Amino acid sequence: MEIKQLETRAKQIRSTILETIHHAGAGHIGGPLSAVDVLNYLYFKEMNIDSKDGRKENRDRFILSKGHSAIALYTVLAYRGFLPMEELTTFDALNSRLQGHPDMTLLPGLDMSTGSLGQGLSAGLGMALGAKAQNASFRTYCMIGDGESQEGQIWEAADVASKYGVDNLVCIVDNNRLQQFGWSDDQVTRNAPLEDPSDRWKAFGWHVISIDGHCYDSLDQAFKEARETKGKPTVIIANTIKGKGVSFMEGAYLWHSKVPTQEELQLALTELETEGMEG
Amino acid sequence: MTKIQKGAMRDRFSKVILELAEKDARVYAVDGDLANSTKTDVVANQKPEKFLQMGIAEQNMLSVCSGLASTGLQPWAVTFAAFLSKRALDQIQVQIAQPRLDVKMVGAYSGLLTGLTGKTHQALEDIAIFRTLANMVVIAPADNVEVEKAMRAANDYDGPVYIRLARDEYPYLFAEDYDFKIGRAVTLKEGTDVSVIATGTQTSRTLEAAKQLADEGISVEVVHMPTIKPLDEAAILATAQKTNLVVTAEEHSILGGLGSAVAEVLGEQHPTKMLRIGVEDRNAESAPNEQLLEKYGLSVSCMVRKIKDFYNKA
Repeated sequence: MEIKQLETRAKQIRSTILETIHHAGAGHIGGPLSAVDVLNYLYFKEMNIDSKDGRKENRDRFILSKGHSAIALYTVLAYRGFLPMEELTTFDALNSRLQGHPDMTLLPGLDMSTGSLGQGLSAGLGMALGAKAQNASFRTYCMIGDGESQEGQIWEAADVASKYGVDNLVCIVDNNRLQQFGWSDDQVTRNAPLEDPSDRWKAFGWHVISIDGHCYDSLDQAFKEARETKGKPTVIIANTIKGKGVSFMEGAYLWHSKVPTQEELQLALTELETEGMEG
Repeated sequence: MTKIQKGAMRDRFSKVILELAEKDARVYAVDGDLANSTKTDVVANQKPEKFLQMGIAEQNMLSVCSGLASTGLQPWAVTFAAFLSKRALDQIQVQIAQPRLDVKMVGAYSGLLTGLTGKTHQALEDIAIFRTLANMVVIAPADNVEVEKAMRAANDYDGPVYIRLARDEYPYLFAEDYDFKIGRAVTLKEGTDVSVIATGTQTSRTLEAAKQLADEGISVEVVHMPTIKPLDEAAILATAQKTNLVVTAEEHSILGGLGSAVAEVLGEQHPTKMLRIGVEDRNAESAPNEQLLEKYGLSVSCMVRKIKDFYNKA
């Protein structure tokens, strides 16, 4: 029953993201759509947060290190009640709290400013160490991209996090295997050559869980396992599809940051609705 | 003749960081594997639960500090000024300066005199870099007393602060009851012919040069500017209006540092003939301190010659 609700909301979230990007006339699509299910799960199931008090001291923290997927986070925050749904129409606009990349000073619910790739996991490590230092029970979640993992700082953080054994830190890799332009091995898909980075994370001393990042049963089990893992940080490799939910966007690197036309938007919304009715 | 009392800034830094770590629950010392050079090791040895080793990885180190600060702690990131200002600049800008988080950054081994290490370890651009960051406070103390006062002021201040320290010994200029305030200049010597506005380690060499110039009949006013940002514009304007000749002095590049900051103020509010003393637009090298100061134009004798020329031609 609960999973059914999550799945229904995921379709609504995806539709809202597409409408918002179309309205703003700019923004990213592929990455936000691949991240939706993890974010939906985190904000409605996993995290201890209060939409009435976005800066509550002992709240769980979330860092969207792949900050260019901000619209997915803003949309989930709006569904969760952190901001009015209408405010999404201000995305990317002057004086908006919903900047192209998250600004923690503007919107309660944003726990870290991001946008320059590779930095979020380190901040998450700082939060996890801060919790331990103050005997606080909150947990810290950080989502990074597989493309983002090309930044060396990710591995600086991975190395130090395992040295400190921060079991209150969970990193989620949105492993959609596509980035802005990507790799030339395959000119059509431009997929990243590495299918699953699990071995790398294991080598850095993390507890690794590799799952289908669009499957709520798997997400449920993975986050439970992360909670039960002691003495080391956990990374969840969420194997996802860039552009997930819209057939002509799925796996197409060109939809990294492309604005749909009116026709494309209608087609996408219809697909999402139809899928909803079937489900 | 009385012996001039000298002290190494890192010794006083060491004493104060330990005291802050012991007394202030928020304070954590964060190291980039240089604690036994910067003397942050005192925290590791005597208060280990307040010491965080981040290894040789400055980007992660500064981002971790932003995370710590976001949970209500006050991390002190201590490493060499060169690595702090350049290797972790984007992290500092995005995650510390813009969100105005309460992170203190201490650049040890700043300037030209970094102990025979040369171009990679000298920091001649750190003031320029940090002062362009919105929300950043930039302080370059001149002696041990001022190091302690600046650290205490930074501890009380809520927001990002950069403090620039030197490796070696400097003469004491201030009494222990000196009233330091962030953003306030101090006139160390009154004068009527030419003003020298100096910061950090160059202030003691400036005072020595002023003494020698007095013997040659030139009255130099010495204004010490420990805070480069926010800048004490009133003090700059007051001394400029008094002498109408302004020299700046810093152990830093003449590009973008104190000299540029003073020129910006005077250029807009009181155009005044100026001379910037600092390292010219070039890279330095490793060598003993006195030889570096001489070659790169920062020694007392260089300062005397440059100020005299400037005064005589004006």
